[in-house]
Amino acid sequence: MAFVTNSPTDHEHDHGPAKGWMRWVVTTNHKDIGTLYLVFALSMLFVGGTFALTIRTELFQPGLQLVNPEFFNSLTTMHALIMVFGAVMPAFVGFANWMIPMMIGAPDMALPRMNNMSFWVLVFAGVLLLSTFFMEGGAPAAGWTLYPPLSIQGAHNIPFVVFSVHLLGISSIMGSINIIVTILNMRAPGMTLMKMPLFVWTWLITAFLLIAVLPIFAAAVTMLLTDAHFGTSFFNAAGGGDPVLYQHLFWFFGHPEVYIIVLPAFGLISTVVPTFSRKHLFGYSSMVYATGSIAFLSMIVWAHHQYTVGMPLAGELFFMYATLLIAVPTGVKIFNWIATMWQGSITLETPMLFSLGFIFLFTLGGFTGLMLAMAPADFQYHDSYFVVAHFHYTLVVGGTFPVFAAAYYWLPKWTGYMYDEKLAKLHFWLSFMGFNLTFLPQHFLGLAGMPRRIPDYAVQFADFNMMSSIGAFILGFSQLIFAYTIIKAIRGGEPATDEVWEGAERMGLEWNLPSPPPYHTFQSPPSAELIEKVTTTEVTMT
Amino acid sequence: MNRLQQLLTGTILFSLGTVVHADYTLNMPVGVTELSRDTYDLHMMVIYICAAIGLLVFGAMFYSIYAFRKEKHPVSANFHENTKIEILWTVIPFLILIAMVYPATDLTIRHYDTDNAEMTIKVTGYQWRWRYDYVDEGFGFMSSLKAESNAARQMDSGIDPRRVQNYLQDVDHPLVIPVNTKVKFLMTAADVVHSWWVPDFGWKRDAIPGFITDAWASVDKVGIYRGACAELCGRDHGFMPVVVDVRSKEDYQEWLAEKKAVLEQENAQADRTWSKNELMVKGEDVYLSACAGCHQPNGEGIKGSFPAIKGSPIATGKLDDHIELVLEGKSTMGGFAEKLSAVELAAVITYQRNEFENDSGDLVQPTLIKEWLDDLGYDVE
Repeated sequence: MAFVTNSPTDHEHDHGPAKGWMRWVVTTNHKDIGTLYLVFALSMLFVGGTFALTIRTELFQPGLQLVNPEFFNSLTTMHALIMVFGAVMPAFVGFANWMIPMMIGAPDMALPRMNNMSFWVLVFAGVLLLSTFFMEGGAPAAGWTLYPPLSIQGAHNIPFVVFSVHLLGISSIMGSINIIVTILNMRAPGMTLMKMPLFVWTWLITAFLLIAVLPIFAAAVTMLLTDAHFGTSFFNAAGGGDPVLYQHLFWFFGHPEVYIIVLPAFGLISTVVPTFSRKHLFGYSSMVYATGSIAFLSMIVWAHHQYTVGMPLAGELFFMYATLLIAVPTGVKIFNWIATMWQGSITLETPMLFSLGFIFLFTLGGFTGLMLAMAPADFQYHDSYFVVAHFHYTLVVGGTFPVFAAAYYWLPKWTGYMYDEKLAKLHFWLSFMGFNLTFLPQHFLGLAGMPRRIPDYAVQFADFNMMSSIGAFILGFSQLIFAYTIIKAIRGGEPATDEVWEGAERMGLEWNLPSPPPYHTFQSPPSAELIEKVTTTEVTMT
Repeated sequence: MNRLQQLLTGTILFSLGTVVHADYTLNMPVGVTELSRDTYDLHMMVIYICAAIGLLVFGAMFYSIYAFRKEKHPVSANFHENTKIEILWTVIPFLILIAMVYPATDLTIRHYDTDNAEMTIKVTGYQWRWRYDYVDEGFGFMSSLKAESNAARQMDSGIDPRRVQNYLQDVDHPLVIPVNTKVKFLMTAADVVHSWWVPDFGWKRDAIPGFITDAWASVDKVGIYRGACAELCGRDHGFMPVVVDVRSKEDYQEWLAEKKAVLEQENAQADRTWSKNELMVKGEDVYLSACAGCHQPNGEGIKGSFPAIKGSPIATGKLDDHIELVLEGKSTMGGFAEKLSAVELAAVITYQRNEFENDSGDLVQPTLIKEWLDDLGYDVE
């Protein structure tokens, strides 16, 4: 391999990983830290999934059988917090760590020690958050939005939740700074901004979004803390405050948060679809601009989560119009993926299956999003199971399907072994069916009048709930196949070639490295010819 | 037409292959107000637009998967970027959005138009019941989950919810309003944020402590309409249904007269002296509906969340402290001064001080409570 960077003439010592388990504690290597993030994300997926399955077991039939209502509320709250902050976000950071340096021809992340710290801070934040389950009064039970006054009603857990949110925020902001600095300063010569892979672009924009909105969330929860323990009345009407102010602050963070999750997902899909269509992405620059537009719009639409709080009419209309606008750049993305497939030469390996599953289901979630954006119709949908169905179609599909696609896509590169395609396809089909069985009926439940976040329901909702619970178990347990397939691929299997996927060596720098890549890559930057080879769109892929 | 629409929606929504069953409600109710019907129409319009877009997008996607698969199309084309088509697929969606926004804006404005209401109901959310005040008539009452549902919904109650009529959708005292009358609803809450929702009226509105939000409905069909609290409000969020009994104008007037007569009688009761036995019997009823949700039917509370009444320093200590606590509330417990009548307050305090081996022997008369309420500045009548 001409492009391997660890040439024996390097002056640098060729470090391998440190020996023993301390390697994982002290590592500053982007690949190790990427792995740590991904392992953490997968374990949190199972923790959050266990909460979800407990919820679905309770909802299997009407009546209370398994958990009391207070604990049920803790489960819904913690399910969301763990899935969003523990599983989905770290998963994308894991891919960023692994892939961004290899995609832009950098030797590592720009700030490797901070990289290590942002991971371990995340772990402590997660442990702190989960520890509230064992406290007097239990884990937070006011929903992941932590709306006051409910969230601070006699809750012993508030200081722990708030500090945990602070730690999560610190971790994410450090990670974001690292990503921005790496992308802006460490690109190989010739890897101009408009030649970067889209995954790098989406992460660059996401990182700015994180830095813009996380401090608002930190401020809002700090105000909760002082309201609860230091006698302030930011959100207490009796003291001159306003409970709705918290909702505005929360959603000013909370809405961009969903794009923080889904923008890197868009980047992954834009990476996988061209590879398996053997055709360049249709509109690279329009994809970049669409990502930027979505990020901007995401910051001016927050109050569509609060259509029912009795906003002034002008506010209601503004947020409706702004929200609807997001459909335009999102549509551009979807049309681009399909135009990429058009006249391609398509094969359906598992990464492509998950990507197509994503495009299909995410578009459906986009449709219900369009419905929810209509303020007067939202007066019916709001806080019903229709909303639950909608955000699982966007967030579960947006937060896991692209992650699965990317995991199968790069696993052979990382491990040097092909994964078991049969098992992986089984994983896809079970996930796809389980997902739809779980969440499709929830649309009907919501339209028929079932509110969300209830531990028990009227009997006319029983059949769809049972269906949904069965689907949830299929969806949940099929993730064990995913874990098993990964472990199997790490242990061995059919050796992967360097380009792994047919034609992929033109798709990105990483496919020109050996599989698995050496511990340190691109210690000297890739050549101009190599950059040209992976960024030109003038050559047919087949 | 409606039937056809429903059929169409059902087919569209079910195209992913679930089984259609006659008992299920698949779609939003058309409802019984002008707002709910127009909301339904808007909802259907967006569904049809989405279905049309979906047909095109998914059509192109599945066609590509089929026609451009590698076996059939081994050599991929190499084209990218086409300004014309990119402008088209930006502008067309934008135009579709404008078409959608027009009726949506109109409907939002009408939702907000609470002027010229013929009567006003103040809705107050409590953990976990509703209070309805007939502002023009000067009376009001609490509306709680019906006892049968409440018994069946307890953990391991042994009661099959399917055998309970209107399980979790029935209350002791429904809101009664007249048909064909523009009713303005003023929403607020006493403790945390709630949300008042009747799907057949076409909207929900948040009830926020310290603030008043409003909405309106003019129901054009006599009947009973059921809904629920839609905003998470704590442990029994799922157990505070909304029931509205819409009656003909004559029936409503009749009900109003009866209700007023009963209230007068109850007020008279508050001025006489009650025996211990009377207070204890009434007190148990009140305790089970108003207190047992947190402090538990056996008075032992839930450790870490809700203190016990049994052997509590308040219930066995100074009577004044106990009365004040119940009337004014403490930490997560809101005051009961406005939630319960003087008779109910007297009875439940007496009950708490003598049941659960508390045995203080104290009797609290409704007249004493009325004095307290008066001192605290509440409206005693």
